[in-house]
Amino acid sequence: MSAGTAALPRIAVLGAGHSGPVIARVALDAGYPVSIAASGDPAEIELIAAVLVPEAKPRWAADAVAEADLVVLAIPLHKLATLDPALVADRLVIDVMNYWPVVDGVLQMFEDRSRGSSEIVQERLPGSTVVKTLNHIGYHEIEDDRRPAGSPDRRALGVAADDPDARDVVADLVARIGYDPVRLDGLRSGRALQPGGPVFGAALSRPEFETAVRGSAASSLPPAGVNGRT
Amino acid sequence: MTANTADKTAAEPGRFPLVLGLDTFGDRTHDGQDRPLSHAQAIRNVVEEGVLADQVGADFFGIGEHHTDDFPMPAGDVVLSAIAARTSRIRLGSAVTVLSSDDPVRVFQRYSTLNAVSGGRAEVILGRGSSIDSFPLFGYDLADYEELFEEKAGLFAELLKGGPVTWQGKTRSSLYQQDVVPHLESGPFPAWIGVGGSPQSVIRAAKYGYSLMLAIIGGNPIRFAPFSELFGRALERFGRPALPVGVHSPGHVAATDEQAREEFWPRYQQLIRSVAKTRGFAVPTEDSFRSEVGPHGALFVGSPETVAQKIAANLTSLGASRFDLKYGMGGLSHEALMTNIELYGTKVIPRVRELLGEQA
Repeated sequence: MSAGTAALPRIAVLGAGHSGPVIARVALDAGYPVSIAASGDPAEIELIAAVLVPEAKPRWAADAVAEADLVVLAIPLHKLATLDPALVADRLVIDVMNYWPVVDGVLQMFEDRSRGSSEIVQERLPGSTVVKTLNHIGYHEIEDDRRPAGSPDRRALGVAADDPDARDVVADLVARIGYDPVRLDGLRSGRALQPGGPVFGAALSRPEFETAVRGSAASSLPPAGVNGRT
Repeated sequence: MTANTADKTAAEPGRFPLVLGLDTFGDRTHDGQDRPLSHAQAIRNVVEEGVLADQVGADFFGIGEHHTDDFPMPAGDVVLSAIAARTSRIRLGSAVTVLSSDDPVRVFQRYSTLNAVSGGRAEVILGRGSSIDSFPLFGYDLADYEELFEEKAGLFAELLKGGPVTWQGKTRSSLYQQDVVPHLESGPFPAWIGVGGSPQSVIRAAKYGYSLMLAIIGGNPIRFAPFSELFGRALERFGRPALPVGVHSPGHVAATDEQAREEFWPRYQQLIRSVAKTRGFAVPTEDSFRSEVGPHGALFVGSPETVAQKIAANLTSLGASRFDLKYGMGGLSHEALMTNIELYGTKVIPRVRELLGEQA
């Protein structure tokens, strides 16, 4: 692990549904300052925050984002159309969402299957730097499957981004939460993390994960060495 | 009230009577040569299973709405009516009714009719389940799921109050002082909302005054414990009285742990494999199955003692007063399911009551 925990980036989790509170909780456990917001008045999620993530402050989305370095986008994907891109401009946005039409219905905006859903999210949020991760592990597994670095059964999670620096920041978060980050080159490579891809919903070690992704035409791993450490 | 008192209230044992039930999705059973039975025969078998559930002492028999070749069970209320005619004690309900793609007025009418036929034994559990086939079938868009459910849960709560209903929304035509029949004989029948993993659904159940059914089908059940607390505190916030929390989980009971696992695993694997193919996720390994069957997993598979211990432990840690075992799995035989039901009623239920300090 790198550095101490003194200056960990501040995280704003947008979304209080299935995955938002869980991600807020594991980020808090890892030592990050976290706030949580839904689409409206923080009073509406006050109880959810108080019971499920008592250390995360419920905020208006704009306030949470203004004070955050990282924004976790954990809203239902169809709500993306109503999210003002200016809200998250100049922020590193972690996209944990999935386009999963058989489960959630068809969204025209995401029907171009030649592109990954996070590429479309990036296009929709041109002022933000989008990183894709945490979308391919069940929200019900995120807490239980955490392991300290070096554990033989530590799971790997993919981290895909166009911007290598942003990718490193998020890979560090993934490692601190309790997973081995596997960096993927480009948001485009994030297609391998999507429903139907080789690692979606799979509990894999880092070598297994890298093999699975390498076998997929959708992704490319960075040069040897980039993923060699945590 | 402070949060602390609310916590105690939610988890207070004995506040609500212990209910131990059985659910089916109408899973298509196979014959002795492992050939799928006809839909008609599979449905007749469910009637027999419901009658046996009553005879062996289960408190509740629930049927989950499904619309596929593997689960030919779109009209569970009709099947429940047949069971009602042959039983006098067991409570009968949906598990779940896919309310979003149905008309709340019709759902009320069907279950109010079942309530009449059964002498007041009807219940509903409203939700989505993991069944999504009703949306295209009835002309609904899955993407509208949230709005549909929110509105329809609100209307259904109005209908349950009895008396003329006035309602306005976007998802069906308005009602003005509408008398909806058949009238309830003795107040509203029990109504629950089935919740997967969304805390906002928990809040919604409390808002409209539904009891909370936690659908736990994978992962460690203990993660749902905060949902019970959230539900209790939300009821308080909305000025409603305390309401029970239940747990619905899949499983299979046989004479021994080994037999239960050997019967269940290949069928479960087959089902998940087919769902995984459609939905694009990884097929669970036998390792993950072993973990789900173990003390910290969501599958209640094993001997009567193993399953009873697991039910008792989970009810306690989740602050719940009800457990419904979703028995059966496509491809198992009707006979194996009858054995499961018999063991559940004669061995598991008395043992859970004993473990939780209740008189059998």
